[in-house]
Amino acid sequence: MSIFEYNGSAVVAMVGKNCFAIASDRRLGVNLQTIATDFQRIFKIHDKLYIGLSGLATDVQTLYQRLVFRHKLYQLREERDMKPQTFASLVSAVLYEKRFGPYLCMPVIAGLGEDDVPFICTMDCIGAKELAKDFVVSGTASESLYGACESMYKPNMVTYYFEALGLTHGKTMEQGANCIGVQKENQYKLLEEPEELFETISQALLSSVDRDCLSGWGGHVLLVTPTEVQERTLKSRMD
Amino acid sequence: MGDSQYSFSLTTFSPTGKLVQIEHALTAVGSGQTSLGIKAANGVVIATEKKLPSILVDETSVQKIQLMTTNIGVVYSGMGPDSRVLVRKSRKQAQQYFRLYKEPIPVTQLVRETAAVMQEFTQSGGVRPFGVSLLVAGYDDNGPQLYQVDPSGSYFSWKASAMGKNVSNAKTFLEKRYTDDMELDDAVHTAILTLKEGFQGQISGKNIEIGIVGADRKFRVLTPAEIDDYLAEVE
Repeated sequence: MSIFEYNGSAVVAMVGKNCFAIASDRRLGVNLQTIATDFQRIFKIHDKLYIGLSGLATDVQTLYQRLVFRHKLYQLREERDMKPQTFASLVSAVLYEKRFGPYLCMPVIAGLGEDDVPFICTMDCIGAKELAKDFVVSGTASESLYGACESMYKPNMVTYYFEALGLTHGKTMEQGANCIGVQKENQYKLLEEPEELFETISQALLSSVDRDCLSGWGGHVLLVTPTEVQERTLKSRMD
Repeated sequence: MGDSQYSFSLTTFSPTGKLVQIEHALTAVGSGQTSLGIKAANGVVIATEKKLPSILVDETSVQKIQLMTTNIGVVYSGMGPDSRVLVRKSRKQAQQYFRLYKEPIPVTQLVRETAAVMQEFTQSGGVRPFGVSLLVAGYDDNGPQLYQVDPSGSYFSWKASAMGKNVSNAKTFLEKRYTDDMELDDAVHTAILTLKEGFQGQISGKNIEIGIVGADRKFRVLTPAEIDDYLAEVE
């Protein structure tokens, strides 16, 4: 078995309308034995920038610590947060420094850049950046994830139905319905509308990890919009 | 005087708490040709006298104002060769920053790294401080900026400043003439008038040098013809 498959992992990030979602599985294994079901693979760099790391778990943790270190120094020197594109360039440089003895990690970077335009990218373990407009995947379940995302993804998905109507993010269902003058009877129709982006990324993740014996044991999804961040845990087949 | 016994060693403090070598470096700067910088609302201008030792020198080959990056330029007062070393190091640092972050270096960061180099040479063995003060002018995401860096490694942000010979007259003149809402063109005129104050001889496009950077973020040195145009406007 390859060293990348030693611990097992699945990470995916998707772009929505003025928002993004990043999700990962929660299994930590040693070959076929599962030893933890709450392993964190997605880390916050700053409020609008997250990095998901798949691959060898020890390198996931060390690389995250190194990147946070670099970012904190940058914040102190430049008195500002790093833009996602800048951070991606930094990660690429850090990985290439170890070209002949690499970190066995494939990062997935997702953030809101200038004017809150979503940015996602992934790279291989030696820093070859791959920018995407729709979704990026990495981990042992990546082939399934590619298939699932390709078929389920559509552009401009929203985190709340009301975003599609251009209303302020964060209103309750009732407030939103009142804003658009919907009668009480019809409110149920609005409640049926799912949060598209969350549903899509969750379904893509769960169906892919179900096909991969090395990842699974639940999922962890983060939805990030310009105003807030939502963290949700998914329950899936626990095996 | 107690100080003179300590004046030969850079790395030893004198009893009065000074590093006398740095004081001497500042004297070297103070006897260099006048240079000045003015920060306008929409750009920065830096200028310097370009007095050549003889009329036989090819003035087109001499350039005192140099680029550190496409949007940051620098002028010096003091020893020319020392400034070239600093410009070379700063250019390399700016490119290293870009290689790491794929983003142009902010002016404050470049100034800080240049100042760190100058400070290194005040605390090492076998070296002497740089005999130049630099005026760094740039335009980045935080708007137009003007910094002065001294041989000790300290740096200051200025709205308008002068260095070299005749510095006190120039600064007094600038204090009177400076306004916060000056446009770049007005700043160029003011710079020319300030240089004219202490200039010996006839001022022309061939014996002064002016560099500007505006909102387009492209630092450039004006040609002698352009300087002559500004001079004509000033008169």
